[in-house]
Amino acid sequence: MLKKSNIIVVTLGIALFALIPNCKKGAATATLASDAASRVYVAPGEKDEVYAFLSGGFSGQMSVYGIPSARLFKIIPVFSVFPENGYGFDEETKDMLKTTHGYVPWDDSHHVEASMTDGKQDGRWMFLNANNTPRLARIDLKSFETKEILEIPNTAGNHASPFATENTEYLMAATRFSVPVPQSNVSIDSFSKGGFKGTVTMVKVEKNTGRLSIELQVLVPGFDYDLSHCGKKKSHDWCFFSSYNSEQAHKMLEVGASKKDKDFILAFNWVRAKECKDQGKTYNFGGEYVNNFKEENKPAVSTKLSGVKMLNPKDCPGMMYYMPTPKSPHGTDVDSTGEYIVGGGKLASVIPVHSFSKMIEVKDKKEHHSTEIEGIPVLKYESTLAGEVQKPCLGPLHTEFDGQGYAYTSCFVSSEVVKWKLGTWEVVQHLPAYYSVGHLSIVGGSSTEPYGKYLIAMNKITKDRYLPVGMELPQSAQLYDISSGKAELLSDFPTVGEPHYSQMIPAKLIMDKTAKLFPLEENKHPYATKSENDARIVKLGNTTHIYMTAIRSHFKPDIIEARTGETLYFHVTNLEQDYDIPHGFAIGGAPNMTNLLIMPGETRTFKWVAPKPGIYPFYCTDFCSALHQEMQQYIRVSP
Amino acid sequence: MKDLLFQTLSKKNRLLILGVGLFLVLVYFIPIWAISISAPQYPEGLGMQIWINQITGATPYDLKNINLLNHYIGMKEIISESIPELLFMPYVLAYLIIGAFITELVPKVGMAILGIINLVIVGLVGLFDFWRWEYNYGHNLNPDAPIIIEGMAYQPPLLGCKVMLNITACSYPSYGGMILASSLVLLVYILWDEKRRKKSNVV
Ligand SMILES: [Cu+2]
Repeated sequence: MLKKSNIIVVTLGIALFALIPNCKKGAATATLASDAASRVYVAPGEKDEVYAFLSGGFSGQMSVYGIPSARLFKIIPVFSVFPENGYGFDEETKDMLKTTHGYVPWDDSHHVEASMTDGKQDGRWMFLNANNTPRLARIDLKSFETKEILEIPNTAGNHASPFATENTEYLMAATRFSVPVPQSNVSIDSFSKGGFKGTVTMVKVEKNTGRLSIELQVLVPGFDYDLSHCGKKKSHDWCFFSSYNSEQAHKMLEVGASKKDKDFILAFNWVRAKECKDQGKTYNFGGEYVNNFKEENKPAVSTKLSGVKMLNPKDCPGMMYYMPTPKSPHGTDVDSTGEYIVGGGKLASVIPVHSFSKMIEVKDKKEHHSTEIEGIPVLKYESTLAGEVQKPCLGPLHTEFDGQGYAYTSCFVSSEVVKWKLGTWEVVQHLPAYYSVGHLSIVGGSSTEPYGKYLIAMNKITKDRYLPVGMELPQSAQLYDISSGKAELLSDFPTVGEPHYSQMIPAKLIMDKTAKLFPLEENKHPYATKSENDARIVKLGNTTHIYMTAIRSHFKPDIIEARTGETLYFHVTNLEQDYDIPHGFAIGGAPNMTNLLIMPGETRTFKWVAPKPGIYPFYCTDFCSALHQEMQQYIRVSP
Repeated sequence: MKDLLFQTLSKKNRLLILGVGLFLVLVYFIPIWAISISAPQYPEGLGMQIWINQITGATPYDLKNINLLNHYIGMKEIISESIPELLFMPYVLAYLIIGAFITELVPKVGMAILGIINLVIVGLVGLFDFWRWEYNYGHNLNPDAPIIIEGMAYQPPLLGCKVMLNITACSYPSYGGMILASSLVLLVYILWDEKRRKKSNVV
């Protein structure tokens, strides 16, 4: 028999023992708000407060989440083919992925930018960069579809892109990898001798239509241009690009590009650049590129273009200045007032903050110049410095602003987000992130009017956060509530691809403007069939055009005869005029083509070369009605 | 009784009759009757409106979608062109309006009574006709329809709501119908008022 006191001791022992792992766990979730679950809970049928658009990193796509629930709503294919809806496969969309290198159905998409009017998000478009094969895309927020892709010539690694000016007049795109411009076969060590160049491209966004075109390029010294952000309000005319490898090392960059104490933030006056262009200071420069444009419910049109207007900084004084920034700056972020330019020196022990007004004051005074690089004056570090956040964290990268005078900086090496005060430069809070946070994003946090409330940190590594799923683990985003004095971790969620950067927009700016269907009477597709009576098969030699309609629950025509080797174009029009009733279309065993999802009132074309003789079923892939399973028919292929 | 029929309408009542005539003109521009449909897959609902000369959907697409739903049960497509009543209904309305204006020239109580009789006949015939169409749509189904449920008819309600399979259909007069009904009420009021006036004249 155990004595009562013994039982108490034993119980205490177990309790203490149990506490040990709990303590460990406790540390990892210490900052989780106690009522976090209810704060991210969005009841069935209720809607989220915010749209989050996350780039997919190496997936080349963009995903749409609801915040605070973190529910995934949609994946928008941009630079990648998408078997789910046929993007990049069908005759309407495959030209969207054309480049001067041919058809490139993948990319590495880092930065999402929201269109703005007067520095505020306007909910019209999202822009996305393609780093690998330099491109820039416009996604329409009425249909949540990629509408335009513009290739950027004379550049390699379109990383500092696409960052918009205050009224979306221009998007900036700058070289990550400097290369010979124009391309040539030179020895790689000529990089160190200045043989490689970078370019900054001004992409014009047509005010009403959003159409993209290249206004001009500026030939800049061959550094690696990393990120960009454009000014606001008083700094409206300027965009700021961070750069690394001002050493111009060409091998073992890990060491070679980390030698100098300071690299640069390039301050670029785009209004001045345009002025110099208008004064004829540019020269015609080569460079082939394509522009792919998909008008609503029409096949994409890919246009080959050639040549840009090039500008040399020395021909346009007052256009560019270098601001020394420690040490290999990554992020360059402008606060909501337009005054502070925050550098993220990824190897620095401070967060340097430049003052825009100081820069304007000293930029043309010789005593504040330390030197000049290829016609670009280098300002003295102290001359533009507003202040430094001392010892904030390890590896500060990116900063966003809450509009209440606080800045939030992500720290990659120490896996945290630090909150600090603009002006006093003091750190007020450390928020752990799990793990290795790159970008972070606040709702409206890069605009002149942040809506604050939510911050997400986009993390590269998840290790122990979720159930293990083999070697490739999901990356994640972490949601914090920043509406009160102290930021609180609410939840984390796995993401599609790498959640590289994000723009978050209040739902009310978008939700009532989204399109529900394509009105059939406005369908201008050259192969549209607007009523079942017009459904028909037209044979033109060895090519057959099938003008097909789809409606619940049948296709018309429903029986198709073909001969081996014959090319068939299925132009399928979805006759529905009802919200949320797409029809699918797939043919058994069709090579080079996956599926089509055809929206109500939309026409899409599926190309198929009749294979060896036999009977080939085709069917609707989107569960459209009670008789969906009956929405199937046959093609007979004869020799 | 004869005295009442030939009694000249008071100035006020003449004005009211003129009002009824003008009021009725509005019926050309607004729907008379509305049928609404809701189902689990149509949380936002679908609507159909009957005008003096046409049938439309509550949105540009509703009628098409109602017909799409109906095709499963083999109901005939609802289109204005297939309902000949819609061709002459505007003339019936014109007759009522002209009647009101003629009463201004021949302002006798008898004319108002004629108006009441006309409105009642138009109303009853209209409602019966509407019911007949509903009956035919609901009962004369395509024998090849995908969904056939033994003994099931899909006649929508004449007035009020009714559940058919997973669909709740409601049928109510719309603004035009209300105008027709209130015109009748106004005419009855005029008749009552004139009767009262006659009595007081006798006294
Ligand atoms: Cu279907």
